[in-house]
Amino acid sequence: MLGYTITQWLFGILSFLSIMFGLMVVFSRNPVNSVLYLVMTFFCIAGHYLLLNSQFLAIVHIVVYAGAIMVLFLFVIMLMDLNQDNEPQKTWLTKIIAGIAGGLMLFVLVGSLKGSEQLGIAQNGSSQIGTVKNLGKVLFSEFLFPFEIASILLLAALVGSIMIGKKEIK
Amino acid sequence: MINGISINYYLLLSAVLFIIGAVGVMARRNSIIIFMCIELMLNAVNLLLVAFSTLHADANGQVFVFFIMAVAAAEVAVGLAILSMIYRNVKTIDTDVLSNLKN
Repeated sequence: MLGYTITQWLFGILSFLSIMFGLMVVFSRNPVNSVLYLVMTFFCIAGHYLLLNSQFLAIVHIVVYAGAIMVLFLFVIMLMDLNQDNEPQKTWLTKIIAGIAGGLMLFVLVGSLKGSEQLGIAQNGSSQIGTVKNLGKVLFSEFLFPFEIASILLLAALVGSIMIGKKEIK
Repeated sequence: MINGISINYYLLLSAVLFIIGAVGVMARRNSIIIFMCIELMLNAVNLLLVAFSTLHADANGQVFVFFIMAVAAAEVAVGLAILSMIYRNVKTIDTDVLSNLKN
């Protein structure tokens, strides 16, 4: 098809969709719509992970982000009763300045990318590094200590958010 | 090249996604939307880590993404608890109103 492989077509479509949904997150007025667009962005990024041969991370990404974090966001938005009518808006001047700052940042990043030479390193290993078996081996041998630290971090976050969220502390 | 796609395209895509998140943080006043834009920026970086990990056939990058996800989950849980507590006391999460710490 027009000289492109199916992977390149998929990459193009997924990139377009993820950028479009990302823009919708920023520009939609209703916070609930923003959350739903962000979920779509996360699904597109999971598709990118699948294209990159990392199936395990794609599944974990969908479960953790779309399944857990975004549901938490939705719950909090529903609890706070935020809708389009009382949605605070920044002034146009601030929005224009933010746009200009973002555009300049993009200009610098793309400019530095243009200046660098093509990273022509061939894929030298196997394409099986993203499987559960391989990642589990690395995680539980080389990264065992950071893994335990991460579990302590999650426990601390659990206790902390319960303590903060309580009505009154006796 | 990863499956016929140059790494430069992944760099470009991640840069664009990161800047969408940064503009969202600058341009919005709702604290929850700002949180979501931070998530978008984290995801742009994650995508680039996975791309380079696949390019070099090295699993360390993917394990790093795993840890970033764990930290992001902890951050969101604590952050949303703080936001709901602020909402309960102040009845707003507008960042321009919540500037008491400044003066």
